[in-house]
Amino acid sequence: MLNTHKIFLIALVSLLLGACSTVKPWERAHLAKPNMQGSPIAQKAALDRHIYFSKEGASGGGEAAGGGCGCN
Amino acid sequence: MIRVVIAAVLFCLSTSVLALSVGDTAPNFKLKNLATGKMESLKKYRGKVVYLDFWASWCGPCRQSLPLLNELRTELKRKGFEVIAVNLDEDTDDAKTFLEQFPVVYPVLLDPKGNVPQKYELPGMPTSFLIDKRGRIQKIHVGFKPKDMKGIRKEVISFLRKK
Repeated sequence: MLNTHKIFLIALVSLLLGACSTVKPWERAHLAKPNMQGSPIAQKAALDRHIYFSKEGASGGGEAAGGGCGCN
Repeated sequence: MIRVVIAAVLFCLSTSVLALSVGDTAPNFKLKNLATGKMESLKKYRGKVVYLDFWASWCGPCRQSLPLLNELRTELKRKGFEVIAVNLDEDTDDAKTFLEQFPVVYPVLLDPKGNVPQKYELPGMPTSFLIDKRGRIQKIHVGFKPKDMKGIRKEVISFLRKK
């Protein structure tokens, strides 16, 4: 009985996974707007990131370059 | 019960589509031309070397790519080269405003619903496909930097020479 429940749960969760979707590159119009950026000044944000990563001794893991567009 | 699980797994897999690669025939599409208002298909350009460029007004690198592609098209049009720009703005007015700033002479087709990029499985914006005279994809460029133009020009010329 327990096994049946488990299988049913897996099936249900798998079905729900179908609803997960990533925002496609061509759907990022709203994300690319200036007011969607984490910081209003891109250069300051880049500088902050630079300092942050050098202090952390690691790089990467921040948001995509240029905010939502993911162009470069 | 096993059938249910298999069905669920298959359903999940069905959402992922294989991306296009070099050598594949470029999928055909029919879209409205911004300038003429008429429907145009990619097939119409068979026999020409086509640079299929997907762009949007909100895409930063497109500000650089459109004027440069316009130059290349003007230079090589007589030899059988054409640029086809597919605009992916949800609001066509955004595209119009952008083109007032960066006018182009090549056809701009409109796909506000984004059906064609779905077919082409674009990995990023902008993405462009260099299509040979037989309608096969020969190069895929993701992103754009002005210095890429030299390479693109070379590729276009080499495919213009081939049959």
